[in-house]
This record gives sequence, structure tokens and C-alpha cells, in this order.
Amino acid sequence: MGVSSKLGNLGVVTTKLEDAVNWGRTRAMWPMLFGLACCAIEMMSTQAPYYDASRFGMELMRASPRQADLMIVAGRVSRKMAPVLRQLYDQMPEPKWVLAMGDCASCGGVFNNYAIVQGVDEIVPVDVYVAGCPPRPEQLIHGFMTLHEKVKEMKWYEWAGK
Amino acid sequence: MTADPQTHHAVWEGNIEELKGLVSEKAFSGESMILNMGPQHPSTHGVLRVILELEGEEVLSCIPDVGFLHTGIEKNMEYKTYEKSIVMTDRMDYLNPMGNGLVYCLAMEKLFELDVPMRAQIARIVLAELTRINSHLVWMGIGGLDLGVTSTMTYAFREREVLLDIFEMVSGQRMMSTYFRPGGLWRDLPDEFEGAVQNVLDTFPAKIDDYDKIITQNPVFVDRTQGIGFISAEDAVAYGLTGAALRGSGVNWDIRKAMPYSSYEQFEFDVPLGQHGDVYDRFIVRIAEMRQSLRIIEQGMKRLQKEKGPFRSDNRKYVPPPRAELGRSMEAVIHHFKLWTEGFRPPKGEVYVSIEGPRGELGCFLASDGSPNPMRVHFRTPSFVNLSALEKLSKNHMIADLVGIIGSIDIVLGDCDR
Repeated sequence: MGVSSKLGNLGVVTTKLEDAVNWGRTRAMWPMLFGLACCAIEMMSTQAPYYDASRFGMELMRASPRQADLMIVAGRVSRKMAPVLRQLYDQMPEPKWVLAMGDCASCGGVFNNYAIVQGVDEIVPVDVYVAGCPPRPEQLIHGFMTLHEKVKEMKWYEWAGK
Repeated sequence: MTADPQTHHAVWEGNIEELKGLVSEKAFSGESMILNMGPQHPSTHGVLRVILELEGEEVLSCIPDVGFLHTGIEKNMEYKTYEKSIVMTDRMDYLNPMGNGLVYCLAMEKLFELDVPMRAQIARIVLAELTRINSHLVWMGIGGLDLGVTSTMTYAFREREVLLDIFEMVSGQRMMSTYFRPGGLWRDLPDEFEGAVQNVLDTFPAKIDDYDKIITQNPVFVDRTQGIGFISAEDAVAYGLTGAALRGSGVNWDIRKAMPYSSYEQFEFDVPLGQHGDVYDRFIVRIAEMRQSLRIIEQGMKRLQKEKGPFRSDNRKYVPPPRAELGRSMEAVIHHFKLWTEGFRPPKGEVYVSIEGPRGELGCFLASDGSPNPMRVHFRTPSFVNLSALEKLSKNHMIADLVGIIGSIDIVLGDCDR
């Protein structure tokens, strides 16, 4: 009602700024080209023709963290890799999200030992956890869509903090 | 190289003395440049880090820094029973899960002196060869991507889905199958298996011809690979290279022929050899290996139609009894209980078994002290050994060629670091 009824069919759509920005962010979310272990192979399968992540605007994997919005931690994170991963996260520009792909990145998986960080949430804040060892591409895509739902719920006053 | 505990940043504190002996004297006077490549780099096939000494774009020396994916798999296996440890082997070289399971099972079977029925042996060969094609497809896709042939990746991953469907059909998992067990297989091959593999046999030869054309008739690819990353046959042997990295130099060494395992001696296939020992020849050898794998699979499928016997050994000390037996036999219940609670107690001893993995000789050393857990498990992984030749291969090449050289030795860092 209000302004939209006066505009009639002039071809103008009214929306909230939050919705427009969040919509834009979900439709072109560039993941970082960053594979660690087995899950990286399934992450590549997700990009490849059969599963085709470009349906979600996510086909463009950026090798540089400075051009990426989403870090998919695809695989087990060793103690030696942890500082590198944190540095990559710090280099990503805001707003940024982290998806922990697979059991190892989520909680250490089968590797409960001296070498593996027991869940990547010990070093970076994680938005979505995807279970599986490795998760099927469908599961990863479900993780993407869950993340998109989360991003769509964001409020303008969270933008600065995120 | 230390990690700053305050900020968690990986900082190299710039102490060039650490590199003394590894780089030339020029680096200390500033005439040549030290450049860090990786561990997050699209062309290092995982998390390899290479410290390069450059003069202009020419690589003077290159020092691989491994261990960014060290998982402690060998140590973890000591805390699991023999059978539970199979799960860990799949995650080691994640492009060759069936091969890792095979070498570990062969080592166990050698230690226990356990016989494997012929049907299981043939099924293992068919699945191991399918895994080899699977692994070579990923190598071709990513290796091509590194060198600018971007279309190989989309083709390779399209074909890979067909193979993953087969693995999922037999084991329930696309990648981490854990299908091979000591004494045979987890369960018998499903009825649909035959048709699915026949589909692969019907469609793949033409597709492999296509990839051959995409690669060998691409002038950019040929120019970027011929004469690059040369290693002579003597040097390749001296460095301990195995697999296509060795055969690309013309050395006829294939474990499947030299020390046959799992009845490979009953199969007819050729060992493709290169002539020049450069990146191009290693590519050609792998493409030819895919064709030979198809030959082996075809023979294996014919054998499987005749071999309808049991799919695992009936030695109840090591192999769990079938479900139907549990209702009838008290002995079977006892064996089942013992196997799934404590595990089996093998004889004391040490064994070493090696197989021809997609990347080269994959060996497993297994030491037993008579307890239900292995005392020591060690894997001789081809990626680790082949990576040691990287400096030799990349010396005096351009930095852009290094990408192709890393691709041509086909490393998997999970295999290398374990």
C-alpha cells in the first residue's frame, strides 16, 4: 500500500534496503579457492558440470582471499595449517562467512589426535557446519542454501559488525 | 618459521639463515629473490608450500615444505584394532581409497597368512583399476586446468561421477568406501555392478580418445610441456621415483608386473612407457594407463561372471561369520562377539607389501606384537618420494613451468603428509 499503490504499473519495485543488499550478497557469493583434503575433491565436484554451483552464483572460486566472501574449510585442519587458515580469514574483506565442510572441519572427525585441530571453530567463527565424511555435493549445496537463508535474515545494524 | 601466538598469524620472521645450504649464496647478497608459493595456492594440488629461489622468472632452487596436512594417521591406527584402521587408510590418499584399503588388507593377509577367494581377488582388481581411472581423471582435469586447458576439468569431473556411482553402489560411499576387508570384501558385489561397469567399458574408450586429442592436439599445451621437467632414467631410479613419473623416463617398472599381487599375473596388459622423461611424456603415459586399466577391467568382468564362489574367506578367526549363521551356531556368535569387541590377535611379525597405486609404489609396513592393535603401521607413499625430485625437475625452468611440473608428478598431499 502507500507508495506502491500510487506507482501503479510504472515498472518500479519497492523493497527494503536490507532485503536488496542481502539478496545481492546471496546471489553472488564468491567462495575462496582453498582446498585442504578429501572434501576439496567433493567441493570441486560441486563446481563441476553435474552439480554446477553456478546455479547459486557461486561458480567463481577466487584464489585470492581478498576477492572472496566465503571460506569453505574443505578438509582437516592440521596444527601446522591453522595459523595459515587464520591469516587467510583475516585477509578476507567484510562481510565474510565461513562454512565448515565435513566432519573434520566441524569437529575433528575420525582424527582425534595430536595433529588435527578439533573443529575449525577453534580458530575462525563458523556460520554453517556440513556433516559428512566427505559430504556429498548435495549436502554442500544444502549448506550453501542454509547460509543464504542466514544471510537473508541479516539486519542493517549487523552489517558493520559482521 | 614460527606462528605468532598472539595473533595466530603465520609469520616467517625473515631469518634467511634458516635457508643456509638450501639456497645458493646469491640469495644472501640479494642477487636472487626468495619467493614463497603456497600453502594456499591453486596450483600446488592441495597444501604444498614451495620456497623458491628466483633469478628473474627462472627457478634456481625450490624447497618443498610439506606437513600442512599431517594427520597422524599412522599413529591413530595404532590405537584402533586392525579392522577399524581400514577407515583411516581411505582418508590418506583420497583419490585412491580402494588402493589404500587394498595394500593395507594385503599386508594384514600376509601377516595372518589368510587366503582370499578368487572372486574377491578379481573384484579387488576391477575396483582398484576403476579407482586408478578415477584418480587419473582428477589428475588430468586439474593438471590441464593448471596449464590452461580448462575444458579438461569439466569433462573429467563429468566422467568421474559415473565411477563414483559405481563405488557408491558397492560400498555405500562415494569416496571413502572401506570396501576391502581382511579376507575379502565387505559384502558381495551387487547385481547391478556388472551393467554399470559394462557401461564404463562401452563409453570410456571413445572419451579417453577425446581427452587424448584435447591434450596432444592443443599447441599451447604441447609447447608448455615438451622438454619441460626433464629427468633421465638413471636419475629417476636414483631418486626412487615410481609410477608414471618413472615410466615417463622409459624405465619399465610396474609392481603389477614385477611383483604381482591379488592375481594380477593372470591378466594381460601392457606397461606404457615414455621416451623423453618430460612433463608431456608423463601425461601421455597416464592417458595410456587409463586404456590399459580398461583392458584389465574387461578381463576382470569376464572372470567375475564365472567366479561365483564366496566373496570372503571362511577363516572365522579373522573374518566375521555371515549374519544367517548367528542364529544357528553358538560358535559363530562367539566369533562375532570376539571380532567386534576385542578384534583378532594376529601372530607376531613384520610384513611389507607394495602395490602399484595411481601415483606409484604404495607400500605398507605392518608390525604386530600379538595384540589386537597394530604395533606400527607405516606407509611408503609415492607422493612423498616423488616430491623429493621436484628440485631436480624444476631447476632452471620458468616459474610458470613449475606449475606443470608439480601437476606431472601427480602429488596428493594427503598421501604425502598422512
